Amino acid sequence: MGYRILKKRVLVADPKTVYFEVDAAAVAAKAKAGQFIILRVSEPGERIPLTIAQARPDDGVTTIVVQEVGKTTHDLCNLEEGQEILDFAGPLGQPTHIEKRGTVCCVGGGIGNAVVWPQAKAFHEAGNKVISIIGARTKGLLILEEEIRAASDEVIVTTDDGSYGRKGLVTDALKEVCERETVDECITIGPVIMMKFVAATTKPFQVPTQVSLNPIMVDGTGMCGACRVTVGGQTKFACVDGPEFDGHQVDFDELMKRLAYYRDLEKISYDRALERECRCGKCEGGE
Amino acid sequence: MADDGKKRRPINRQDHKTPMPEQAPEARILNYKEVPLGYTPEMAMNEATRCLQCKKAPCRTGCPVDIDIPAALDLIAEGDFAGGYRKMRETNFLPAICGRVCPQEDQCESMCVLGKKNEPVAIGRLERFVADWAMQHEDSEAGAEMPVCKPATGKKVAVIGSGPASLTAASDLVQLGHEVHVFEALHKPGGVLFYGIPEFRLPKATLVKEIDGLAKIGVTFHMNYVVGATETLSELRERFDAVFIGTGAGLPWFLGIPGENLNGVYSSNEFLTRVNLMGAYKFPESDTPVKPGSRVVVVGAGNTAMDSARTAKRLQPEHVTLVYRRSRAEMPARVEEIHHAEEEGIEFKLLHTPVEIFGDEKGNVTSVKLQKMELGEPDASGRRRPLPIEGSEFVVEADCVVVALGNGPNPLLTRVEPELELSRRGTIAVDEETLESSMKGVFAGGDIVTGGATVILAMGAGRQAARSIQRYLTTGSAAF
Repeated sequence: MGYRILKKRVLVADPKTVYFEVDAAAVAAKAKAGQFIILRVSEPGERIPLTIAQARPDDGVTTIVVQEVGKTTHDLCNLEEGQEILDFAGPLGQPTHIEKRGTVCCVGGGIGNAVVWPQAKAFHEAGNKVISIIGARTKGLLILEEEIRAASDEVIVTTDDGSYGRKGLVTDALKEVCERETVDECITIGPVIMMKFVAATTKPFQVPTQVSLNPIMVDGTGMCGACRVTVGGQTKFACVDGPEFDGHQVDFDELMKRLAYYRDLEKISYDRALERECRCGKCEGGE
Repeated sequence: MADDGKKRRPINRQDHKTPMPEQAPEARILNYKEVPLGYTPEMAMNEATRCLQCKKAPCRTGCPVDIDIPAALDLIAEGDFAGGYRKMRETNFLPAICGRVCPQEDQCESMCVLGKKNEPVAIGRLERFVADWAMQHEDSEAGAEMPVCKPATGKKVAVIGSGPASLTAASDLVQLGHEVHVFEALHKPGGVLFYGIPEFRLPKATLVKEIDGLAKIGVTFHMNYVVGATETLSELRERFDAVFIGTGAGLPWFLGIPGENLNGVYSSNEFLTRVNLMGAYKFPESDTPVKPGSRVVVVGAGNTAMDSARTAKRLQPEHVTLVYRRSRAEMPARVEEIHHAEEEGIEFKLLHTPVEIFGDEKGNVTSVKLQKMELGEPDASGRRRPLPIEGSEFVVEADCVVVALGNGPNPLLTRVEPELELSRRGTIAVDEETLESSMKGVFAGGDIVTGGATVILAMGAGRQAARSIQRYLTTGSAAF
């Protein structure tokens, strides 16, 4: 008995990025912005954490957005409507602390924009002026722009190659906003390197900055400690203490190294999966 | 027995336990199969006839779940293995598990009269034997027979967690006729029995079968259900007539030394979960990886440390060293586990403690600095306090460090329940007699109350709580 996929939308073809609506009423009933779920696609799969994009308590739908980066996300992105995810547990982690602060900047990059969406919405509903700064390498990779626009007072789009919005990085736009007006809070989610520079950008302006971290996790309930991160010199477990922390205190370099630890084995696993599906006739796959 | 008109059975005067065959060390470190292979029917009958059938049965007082050991052993001695199994299961629904993981040497067997001069009766091995026998004969009438539950009471009990305390409470409560629902955060039931105890000590197939037995007699299991997140304790309390919390300790302690967040430093929970629950030893057949590297250092000397060291050994690194700050006499692990670990070639560095972990530019562990220790005066635990010897530090190579120092209480369930009283250590505060918490109708037992302890103590607490819950459900009060 798994968790049925009610709706699937491929947002980007390459790298494959998919929006899923999952029948997970117990999660949807409780989930708040910033929280995550742990899922397992099938046996003998691994447990991976994914931040919840949207929770609809009324019809029991929990939405996640997934980008294919390895074996597990590959298997997940290949699931179709009507198929089931084997395990789906949550909502885990502490929700984003949402209150009326004044002006809030929500800064997202790549797949992280899927999470900017609920956060922008929650801050907006709490009466804040929300400025969303969303970035992507190129126009085709920008996701959920419409949804984020609907939840924000102002949206600045940046692309690395200038194919859409402003050419440049989210940090360039963020710096201008901070120079232009008083920002009371910044919240950011995206690649670790981006979050590191977002935190560095807001620091001189003394804007409190929450970063949503995505370390490796196994159980996601505090039991294993795989997700430990150093925040202000202290060890924290992202799964129960986070996943959001004060960006000016996080040791991003340590986090990046920890995220890279299994990359060689993750590649072996991913390559095997791709090879099994290959129909070129030369590989062993094609069954 | 002697007075039922049967001919008195001669007692076997053998002065030692009937040996149990086991895999040779050099063979077993290359596989994950169980190390002790179990008794044959002949061995079991031979061992059971060593029992003196004492009237006072001191062994029974040593058993936290009060198994009628002489009666069960009498049946085994007669070759009535179904009867022996049934007798064990009267008070213990999980004999295949207990027969393997209970520290019998500190419990039933420590009280055995034979043990005063010679070796006690191998009660644990016999318990395991009848449980395995029943599983192998589950197609027969005797093997398939399930206990009959009392008529439905209409009362509903929620059991949080599915480790040893919870399984015991669930089995007792369902047999009393209550509707029992078990809520487990992970995707497999069993708690520490699944993620913590390795395949070579408790095969998953055995564990799953014993838990399936609970489902067969009516316990409903809800997986992926994180109480405290998916639903709060208070909300569950509204839906159920009583609640038992058996969530275990489950928040690993680290050493608090520099370098502890380097890649390759694992808590024993993470290391064992990757291997046992997620099947990392089969990678890439299973998707979860683990990196034992070539030189593993395990810190600690409890059962979990032994499990970690022996699990690491089977991942075939060059060397596994176990580091402990006290001496052999203070090692908390079972004698049998220590013995098995040594046989498997694990090096013990006693009276040493890690003081720093070093890594390379990628953040991967390269070595550990150890300091020599000596024993001083006894501390609060009654054990001699380890004291560092100044200037004795030296560095050993390591690319994997497993920290097995125990667990603190997990805050996930308790932090959203202001009404639930906690001890100073963060464990759930309960009445010693009834195990009732500060919330009426909510009971707790096992490691979430005591801090890290053993499987059988948790089972005993599960039983104690089940008795209180029964009183609470029938009289409205858990008090005697």
